[in-house]
Amino acid sequence: MSSKVHADLETLVSVRNLRTYYEDDGLFGGRPVKAVDGVSFDINRGETLGLVGESGCGKTTLGRTLIRLERATGGEVRFDGVDITTLSGEELKSWRRDAQMVFQDPDSSLNDRLTVGEIIREPLDVHEWRTPAERRARVRELLEMVGLRPEHYYRYPHQFSGGQRQRIGIARTLTLEPEFIVLDEPVSALDVSVQAEVINLLEDLQEEFGLTYLFIAHDLSVVRHICDRVAVMYLGNIMEIGPTEELFADPANPYTHALLSAIPEPDPTSDRDRITLHGSPPNPRYPPSGCPFSTRCPARIRPVEYEDLDDELWSQLSTLREILRERQRTDRTVTDRIRSLLGKEPRFGTAEEIYGELFDGRTVPDDVRSVLDDVAAALADDDVDVALERLVAEFGGVCDGTQPEHHEVGETTRTSLCHRHEPAYRSPDRTLDERH
Amino acid sequence: MTSTDTVADRRAATAEPILSVRNLRTAFFTDKEVIRAVDGVSFDVAPGETVGVVGESGSGKSVTARSIMGLIQSPGRVLDGSSIRFHHTETVREFAERFPDRTVDLQRIAGDLDPATLFESIEATPATFGYDDPEQATVADFVATGYDDALGIDPDDSVFVTDGSTKSPTRGFLEVTRLGGEARRAIRGDKIAMVFQDPLTSLNPVYTVGNQIKEALRLHRSLTGAAATTEAIELLEAVGIPDATRRLREYPHQFSGGMRQRAVIAMALACDPELLICDEPTTALDVTIQAQILDLLEELRAERGLGIVFITHDMGVIAETADRVNVMYAGEVVETAGVERLFATPKHPYTQGLLASIPGRQGGERLRTIEGTVPTPNAPATDCRFAPRCPEAFKACERVHPVSVPIDDDGDHTAACLLYPDAEPVDYHTHHGDGERR
Repeated sequence: MSSKVHADLETLVSVRNLRTYYEDDGLFGGRPVKAVDGVSFDINRGETLGLVGESGCGKTTLGRTLIRLERATGGEVRFDGVDITTLSGEELKSWRRDAQMVFQDPDSSLNDRLTVGEIIREPLDVHEWRTPAERRARVRELLEMVGLRPEHYYRYPHQFSGGQRQRIGIARTLTLEPEFIVLDEPVSALDVSVQAEVINLLEDLQEEFGLTYLFIAHDLSVVRHICDRVAVMYLGNIMEIGPTEELFADPANPYTHALLSAIPEPDPTSDRDRITLHGSPPNPRYPPSGCPFSTRCPARIRPVEYEDLDDELWSQLSTLREILRERQRTDRTVTDRIRSLLGKEPRFGTAEEIYGELFDGRTVPDDVRSVLDDVAAALADDDVDVALERLVAEFGGVCDGTQPEHHEVGETTRTSLCHRHEPAYRSPDRTLDERH
Repeated sequence: MTSTDTVADRRAATAEPILSVRNLRTAFFTDKEVIRAVDGVSFDVAPGETVGVVGESGSGKSVTARSIMGLIQSPGRVLDGSSIRFHHTETVREFAERFPDRTVDLQRIAGDLDPATLFESIEATPATFGYDDPEQATVADFVATGYDDALGIDPDDSVFVTDGSTKSPTRGFLEVTRLGGEARRAIRGDKIAMVFQDPLTSLNPVYTVGNQIKEALRLHRSLTGAAATTEAIELLEAVGIPDATRRLREYPHQFSGGMRQRAVIAMALACDPELLICDEPTTALDVTIQAQILDLLEELRAERGLGIVFITHDMGVIAETADRVNVMYAGEVVETAGVERLFATPKHPYTQGLLASIPGRQGGERLRTIEGTVPTPNAPATDCRFAPRCPEAFKACERVHPVSVPIDDDGDHTAACLLYPDAEPVDYHTHHGDGERR
């Protein structure tokens, strides 16, 4: 880990309640995709902040918004005290020199038709940096800095391996001596041995130039190695943020728990218990109204009367709910309607079919059974909304209805977004221990 | 079965393998050069066993998988001397019945032939089959691997009976490399199925998922109409897709990544295969989804007794899924061992480097790396292909091609490196090696 001790923890980037929505282009606006939905955090000068999460959780959008490749819908990003979400024109152009980005795929982020030298020199040309001769000299210097050779100047990207191409991408970001670099999955397209070389290079450069990194990744072992602090993102929200070692050793948020336990360990003798999450993340166009993680959470707060319900049955009930939620959003075409009117093989399975799939061979207590009957009745009338409402009213809880707050956890500055940190409930740790 | 005492065979004696790959060599012939993408790979898969194949990109993992599936296309070709045998007795019986013209009774041929003397009449050396002694070769090796002319066997023959008559075989094998036409289609997808890395490219975007599953059911099991629909729903439920009735009528783009891979697995299982080849099945997926898919594959393996060949570059995934691991480098298996032994005591410098470069497995500030990249194997190996990157390389590494050496007494752990065996290692490799053939 690159745990440089900074006597003065000076904030370089300060993000407050940042939102990036992708609006529908439709005439009536429609529902926006909430890619980043109100996040706040700080990045200190010279540190590496890791940003992890599943694909589609908004981590790339967040990274792009920080360097103004996307426009923020709301909130602010203060860079050395200046709110960059409102910059424009010359101001914006001159600020762009300070913030750069390394992209995931070195194949598509380098122009095949330019030589390596031209690619790296381009930012210098754009910003009219000194004289052409000096620019060329600078490029050669950069090539050496990232472990390539000056004579590579006249070669084309296809003549390089993946690891070397990523070095070219890194050299390009360094041309204008930025302070802050967003690394968007810089090593996920590389083999493990090459990956190690690039990580070493990034660490060397950081030390030499005092760079500040936002390191976006889904490979948590890489993050653990390189980052000082980590933010765990889910569905546009930061679920937990704090110092790397602390977060990895003792995760507070149920999602962090699940994410960490899902990493396959390169140790066949390990007998760790894996928490396998059901389903996939919800559509960011239709996020759940309460906690973003509530639809998959293994530690969801249950209504008191169902506290002792069988875990398997509980998870089947959650699956049922997911099925209904998806149905609610699925448009039925005219043909579908005609088919069902004619009594032909309907698009949707009937309630009996789903129940057969989910609850066959399980003992369902009477109170649960009666709710399920109500739901089935509503489904028979094709009224998914009523069915879902009934289900949520009975089995929903605080997690479904209310947005959680960030709570301070751990010894230092770590916070976690979960209702279970409130004193009224059992902590996520204990709940997960008991349920798994 | 061969009667050799090669390392792999001694191990195989404990559990009857369902698939044995022997000295598989697949090359691509281009105008410029011949690329030996797979160069002498041997391993076995037993029913209910997961065999991992791990290595960097360009090491030949995927070409191995495609060779087993018979998916190598021009300019690529599986070379003579390669053998991929499918030992499932019921399948052999089924094929002997279906393709009587292509069935050969090996006992009858073997009666009047001495394999050791065959080397004199044809252009092959024991090394062609991966042996170092002519006595080790069997008639099966000759007939199965392209030297059939000398024995008067039709090139289309591909079902070999070793016990019982051709009418009712009790033991035998299908030589996958010789299968063609109808027989090949009857085994591909039916007995041996494959799951590819990217589910989006293995699903057709213009057909519903149900349509594609039903197509497999129609082609291989002649199920149509309502029967096919019922079966397809059951398959989707078996791979954990909820609300299967609705899903059947949706298109691949309406599925999430994990769901798509589940659908692909459902298609692979449609014909109840004996062997499943998974080529990086979770590489395109998130860790939480990857965990679901790994759980699913493990469940299916245990339930159905599937043999699985699991190809990946992720050492963590290998550690969790595989029973045995083959480490590939530049077309060759450089080390093979049971998964626990491989991770505890890796012997080949390449395996050691691979394990050491995983972040989080090592202490210290800097990650260990393996300098350089995988070379393209475009010539027969006369040296150790890893030598230029190897931290422990010495002079002999540049002129002797290492062979697989048993590291322990039971022969379960082998490495192809001049550092082993402990006594007179270089002589061992020069003597056993295939230097004279090249």
